[in-house]
Amino acid sequence: MSNNVIKVDHVGVRFRMGSEKVDNLKEFIIRKIKGNMNYKDFWALRDITFNVEKGDRVGILGLNGAGKSTLLKVVAGVLKASEGSLGIKGRIVPLLELGAGFDLQYTGAENIFLYGAVLGYSRDFIKSKYKEIVEFSELGDFIDVPVKNYSSGMRARLGFSIATVVDPEILILDEVLAVGDAKFRSKSENKIKSMFKQGVTVLFVSHSIEQVKSICNKAILLEKGTLIAEGNVTDICEIYEAKIK
Amino acid sequence: MKQAINNFKKYRFLLSELIIKEIKLKYRRSYLGILWTLLEPLLNTIVLTVVFGTLLGNSNKTFPLYIVSGRLLFTFFSNGTKGAMKSIRSNGQMIKKVYVPKYIYPLSSIMAQYVTFLISLIVLIGVQIYSQVKPTMYIFQAIVPLFILFIMVVGVGMILATMEVFFRDMEYLWGVLLTIIMYCSAIFYYSDRIIKTNHGWILKLNPIYAIIVNFRDSIIDAKSLNLEALIYSGAFSIVTLIIGIWMFYKNQDKFILNI
Repeated sequence: MSNNVIKVDHVGVRFRMGSEKVDNLKEFIIRKIKGNMNYKDFWALRDITFNVEKGDRVGILGLNGAGKSTLLKVVAGVLKASEGSLGIKGRIVPLLELGAGFDLQYTGAENIFLYGAVLGYSRDFIKSKYKEIVEFSELGDFIDVPVKNYSSGMRARLGFSIATVVDPEILILDEVLAVGDAKFRSKSENKIKSMFKQGVTVLFVSHSIEQVKSICNKAILLEKGTLIAEGNVTDICEIYEAKIK
Repeated sequence: MKQAINNFKKYRFLLSELIIKEIKLKYRRSYLGILWTLLEPLLNTIVLTVVFGTLLGNSNKTFPLYIVSGRLLFTFFSNGTKGAMKSIRSNGQMIKKVYVPKYIYPLSSIMAQYVTFLISLIVLIGVQIYSQVKPTMYIFQAIVPLFILFIMVVGVGMILATMEVFFRDMEYLWGVLLTIIMYCSAIFYYSDRIIKTNHGWILKLNPIYAIIVNFRDSIIDAKSLNLEALIYSGAFSIVTLIIGIWMFYKNQDKFILNI
């Protein structure tokens, strides 16, 4: 019985780059007639295969442009792979950017329900978790203020609070733990660690090797769109550190 | 198919949240707030009645009712399709970060417009009293053209939403087309004016006009729905719905690359 909650199978992502972006009808028709629609293919990811078991915390390492964020977007369902297949078992909570589901005109309280809905939860569930979310965010009375008046730290706290209090099965973090002050960073790290017991699976992209070693048990290393190493976190971090010297 | 239905159930709450949000925020900062959904069509109808009624010599007492019944429906068609058209682009940030079935965006926009449209129908009651037209049992027929109108807006909205992602000038094109449709729908003039000059075929081809005819059958003329208009508008709306859904599904995976 496979314990895999994420199965990435020969996944590739190809971006078609036209020499000039065509974004209006007139240009499109003219170019179609002239036969001028040439483009270059850019493979952001090529032939990526790995499995994640329930409870694994996988760090995704690589230099800028290696394809880490692209990979996370594919797993989160935001981007469709050009080739290969993806298997997911469980509810995904992606934190690719804190507060992406927020509406700035809405208050913090209203956004809790909105963001919760975006993540796919029901009204009753969010109601039951509401108090806990507000407490964890430490926003107090500011919860009734429109989010556009929040500082970036407040938004980070609120977004993180909602995403973690809702008991995600698979948590996807794209460098979001680097945001916020030191107090928030340690608080959020501790919160994630407290979720390990419930068997939460984590995909974690970070440039901070410290944090990766602290949170993850496994890691994969990407370079220019291909997976060049996978294994336990200490080994992979060593390889990565050697590369960046 | 089953997966699609399950998916919809999961995001049912999101759909209602998005609809409520759009309605809430539309009037949050304005003084009169939700009253504008009533005030705007009312004021507009007064202007149209004065211009096309009194000034251009149309002193029929039911004329204001005639105008407002056409105008309210057309406004929903206009706002609903425009809202759907912009929905993908304006939610671009969210689409890039979280997975949500993308049809939720145009659908929630259209449904929010539909709710404000239904509220604006209250104006009809006022105008009906003014025109001294007695409501009859035929009013309940109005549900049919209103439903067909909704389906048509969803279909056209999905087509526009898809095209607007790839061609940003769709907005302007559609604006012009809407104006043309408005003038060809016999909203503020009687249809025989056009039919008399041998251009009646314009009205016959216009599905919005067909819906308005059915609506006026129920509200003003108190007779059963004109079958020709009913079948034409019904078929048109179903076909646009199928085309819209097909176009949307075929292209939705490419949206993120263009916003």
